[in-house]
Amino acid sequence: MGMTYVQKVIARACGKPAVAVGDVVEPEVHLAMSHENGALVLNQFNEIYKGTGIEAKIWNPDRIAIILDHRVPAESSKTATNQKKLRDLVAKQKIGKFHDIRGDEGGICHQILPEYGYVRPGYVVVGTDSHTTSHGALGAFAFGIGATEMASVWTLGRILNVEVPGTIKVVVNGKFPAHVGPKDLILHLIGKLTAEGANFRVLEFHGDTIRTMSTSGRLVICNMSVEAGATSGIVPADEETLRYLKTEAGVTEKIDVFGADPDAVYEQTIEIDVSKLAPQIACPHTVDNVKTVDQVAGIKVDQIVIGSCTNGRLDDLETAARTLKGKKVARGTRMLIFPASWRIYREALKRGYLADLAEAGAVVCNPGCGPCLGVHQGALGDQEVALATTNRNFKGRMGNPNAEVYLCSPDVAAASAIVGVIADPRNGGR
Amino acid sequence: MGKVVLKVGDDVSTDIIYPGRFMATVLPTETPQYAFVDNADFNKKLKANEVPKGSFIIAGQNFGCGSSREQAASCLHGWGLTIVAKHFARIFLQNSINLGLPMLICPTIEADEGDEMEVKGETIRNVTKGKEFAIQPLPKARQAIIDAGGLVPYTRALLIKQAGK
Ligand code: SF4
Repeated sequence: MGMTYVQKVIARACGKPAVAVGDVVEPEVHLAMSHENGALVLNQFNEIYKGTGIEAKIWNPDRIAIILDHRVPAESSKTATNQKKLRDLVAKQKIGKFHDIRGDEGGICHQILPEYGYVRPGYVVVGTDSHTTSHGALGAFAFGIGATEMASVWTLGRILNVEVPGTIKVVVNGKFPAHVGPKDLILHLIGKLTAEGANFRVLEFHGDTIRTMSTSGRLVICNMSVEAGATSGIVPADEETLRYLKTEAGVTEKIDVFGADPDAVYEQTIEIDVSKLAPQIACPHTVDNVKTVDQVAGIKVDQIVIGSCTNGRLDDLETAARTLKGKKVARGTRMLIFPASWRIYREALKRGYLADLAEAGAVVCNPGCGPCLGVHQGALGDQEVALATTNRNFKGRMGNPNAEVYLCSPDVAAASAIVGVIADPRNGGR
Repeated sequence: MGKVVLKVGDDVSTDIIYPGRFMATVLPTETPQYAFVDNADFNKKLKANEVPKGSFIIAGQNFGCGSSREQAASCLHGWGLTIVAKHFARIFLQNSINLGLPMLICPTIEADEGDEMEVKGETIRNVTKGKEFAIQPLPKARQAIIDAGGLVPYTRALLIKQAGK
């Protein structure tokens, strides 16, 4: 019986010829990522070693990535102290992949990992962040774990008690209509599957639409796979993966590319034709509350956010700049731009996107998570409405349980900014 | 025996259990104060120590969806609560196991706030309503972590073995 992509990745990482769905295994970890919550990992890591008389040493510091992104620059002394602890840890344990709050190499973890070529096809990647699913875009089996589990990985170099997940095959065909793209595809899929439809399962993406999609687009769909409950979203690596890793991420070593077995067994196959897909909106307060843009057009928006690990890449900023160039953000609506990394920020600066956006009235903030999780920038007021290209709209997500968040593509966000209400980009923003 | 002190619906996210704005607070000793903080009544009861240890939260499907923040499990653990849900989101379930937060998967559960509940082996009994519900057992590998007292002692034992001590 053939294996799905994730089964193959896990089998390799366990040094076994094959694994079956439901097997409990302990795969080797190739990359273990944390952000500010590394401070809690460190706490639990020290707990593990307590009383053993063994020196607390990370199993392989080159495989640890620590990226400061959630609250940068620090919004409070507490955060600053956590960040300081992590810098001390990095120095002490000689952690290889550290990205501090810097304009040359900083950014959001899920952008930094692919951008710097840290993720490769066939890797097992774990992160103390639920959107670690993003890295499936490069053919890795990547999933979110908690801090204690990460402390265990730091200690042992493998992840304990992983149940080999079943796989849902998602076959996407057709050409996207104008103003419709990967974000609409994944919102549509989450609406279909519901917030728990893929719980404990992997979404494996196939079809012409995926094959011709850029890595940036694949990052969007894998990033949001977790919103359907999926352990991971995976695009098996192909030519585009190689192109991205070699030309954009600067990887020079040989990259191993493999696919799922042709006779792999899937729990379910979902087919989607995107050629007639409309722009999609996730309405408050769950990501699976998905409607088409015309169903919610006209709703007044107080704050528009373009950014995050989902849609803060160069193509997203380009869309926004193209739409807003020479126009104005509607009075009564604030527009915030959060590029996903400083590399993106600098490139957008060079290309003039940031100037176009600022001239239109948008506020360009520093790369980082910013308002996405509502900790220190761009929080919402009571009864305010936000429209964002981020990935979650749970009650309280943007810092206020009495506010509402709608999720959309950069195309919809930019068109809406001009009129100050949710707008359909296909109608020239009306 | 314990009372149901809170009943919630489906898809209760970690942003509800432990909002992102408190994420700079990480230590399990400090997180309980923010448990369900936006549910002001319930949070107040917790902080006034009006909720005895061993009380129950009853939830629908997909409890704990969203972020991987472990604070969502540690803040409930700190109050000695037991969570009964139709089912749990993956990362929350794993975090709870790792920290030793008791959670019971019970797809048929029926209970309301104020009901007396009693757990007996693989069943949970709603004493007030006089009904019994089957608890879904956890996979063996997960049970092993619980039996060890959580992932910290479990990993510690493996570490000691590995070091040949
Ligand atoms: S941008 Fe938002 S979703 Fe992405 S890592 Fe940051 S907080 Fe999480």
